[in-house]
Amino acid sequence: MPPLTDLLFYVFAGLTLVCGFLCVANPFSRNPVTSAMFLVLTIVSMAGLFILLHAFFLAAVQILVYAGAVMVLFLFVIMLLDLREEERRRIRTFTLATGALIVMVIVGLLVRVLSGAAPVRQTGPEVEGHTKILGRILLEQYVLPFEVLSLLLLVAMVGVILLSKKDIK
Amino acid sequence: MFESVQYWDPAAQFVLFSALKILVVFGVTLVFVSLSVVAERRVSAWIQDRVGPNRVGIPFTNIRFLGLGQMLADGLKFLLKEDFTPNYVRTVYFWLAPAITLIPAFLTLAVIPFGSTLGNPNNRMVIANLNVGILYTFGVVSLGVYGIVLAGYASNSKYPFLGGIRSSAQMISYEIAMGLSVIPIFLLVGSLNLGDVVGYQSGGLHTWLVWKQPLAFFIFLIAAFAETNRLPFDMPESESELIGGYHTEYSSMKFALFFLGEYANMIASCSMMVTLFFGGWTPPWGAEAATTLWAGLGHLACFLVKVIGMMLLFIWVRWMLPRFRYDQLMDLGWRRFIPIALFNILVTAFVVALWQR
Repeated sequence: MPPLTDLLFYVFAGLTLVCGFLCVANPFSRNPVTSAMFLVLTIVSMAGLFILLHAFFLAAVQILVYAGAVMVLFLFVIMLLDLREEERRRIRTFTLATGALIVMVIVGLLVRVLSGAAPVRQTGPEVEGHTKILGRILLEQYVLPFEVLSLLLLVAMVGVILLSKKDIK
Repeated sequence: MFESVQYWDPAAQFVLFSALKILVVFGVTLVFVSLSVVAERRVSAWIQDRVGPNRVGIPFTNIRFLGLGQMLADGLKFLLKEDFTPNYVRTVYFWLAPAITLIPAFLTLAVIPFGSTLGNPNNRMVIANLNVGILYTFGVVSLGVYGIVLAGYASNSKYPFLGGIRSSAQMISYEIAMGLSVIPIFLLVGSLNLGDVVGYQSGGLHTWLVWKQPLAFFIFLIAAFAETNRLPFDMPESESELIGGYHTEYSSMKFALFFLGEYANMIASCSMMVTLFFGGWTPPWGAEAATTLWAGLGHLACFLVKVIGMMLLFIWVRWMLPRFRYDQLMDLGWRRFIPIALFNILVTAFVVALWQR
């Protein structure tokens, strides 16, 4: 019998793949709300994978930010827009072909990177949730990209306000 | 019988104790929920100068015992009522929504240290001693929104839909204020682990964080009212505008699950506040982790008493204050609390930096 962590890895990985598939191509329902809910499940099962890697901080932030905030806003917008015609729309050949192409490019990239990388044997509990180390790396080694990112978010925020308030004096 | 447990291997002991703790916490919370419903009715009656439900006792006797039999009567009523599903609802989400509301409320309790030990220092009275305890809590709490949003969506009628939309906007807004308000606590303690937060406050009444961070406590408390949909912020179900809000179409046990979820959420946020600001399980004269069974039980009792105190505060506020208007609520969250919380973080960070120099 394989160890429990291996078993859990297959459970979470399987869940991620199945939910991800059902999010983009659900054969039973073309309802955008259902797709959004399956995306939430995908995110939650990915958080499970992070926990198995002892990355508790990443897992918590993944659920807090993506499942808890971003996806709720998605749901909010979907419900307000009432996308009825989305349910009737069939899967188009063009979209399918472009999607398949992009997936193939990503898979190619992944194979290239992963085949070159040496596998890490065991991360172990010593890297368990080192929020402090993560903070240090972000604010010392990568401080410039980090700050540039926050500037980018600020620009996006100002842009949204500008777009939504058309009659600014 | 208990002696043989010592000779089990540690993994089996861990599984056994974790399962026991989960069962006990779950059971105690459920009892607490039904007790707090009765308490709510009695306290509201006192505030409004009425008598309240004081009659139901043990059936077929004259023993009333403060009307605590009302707990069972309320529960039975929910179970036996007709479970009606209107034919225009989206069935799958209609069934899922009450469960999704209830589960996060119970999951939050997993990281709360509700006592020190029961004599054995290796067996701490917390279900999951996570290093990122508070982040876990906020993550799980943020998932609680889905239940209400989906209930509004699944009901497929106007008032529940408006309630669902309102609640998602309200809960996301106040989550930000809530999250920002606790950052100063962790700047002071230097760890995200809730056990360490309690350890920091274990010196007695004067070391409790509520004295050092009154602003953080104030924002957290009010955000907790908004997150648990309690008056003065119960917009998602405000009767005068929205009939019953998101649970208008629900009846019987499905409605009871929303009800349970609301009270379980209240218990969870009260335990959170006790842990963060009122020294958790430590008595007011300070304490180390218990070394005997009786001291451990004393710490558990201390935690429970503090939680009951916070619950009474929640109930009291509900019957004292009128409901806010929705735009006032959003204004308060975004334009008052978030700036105040950010200011609090800056000041605390400066003080901590100067202190450590």
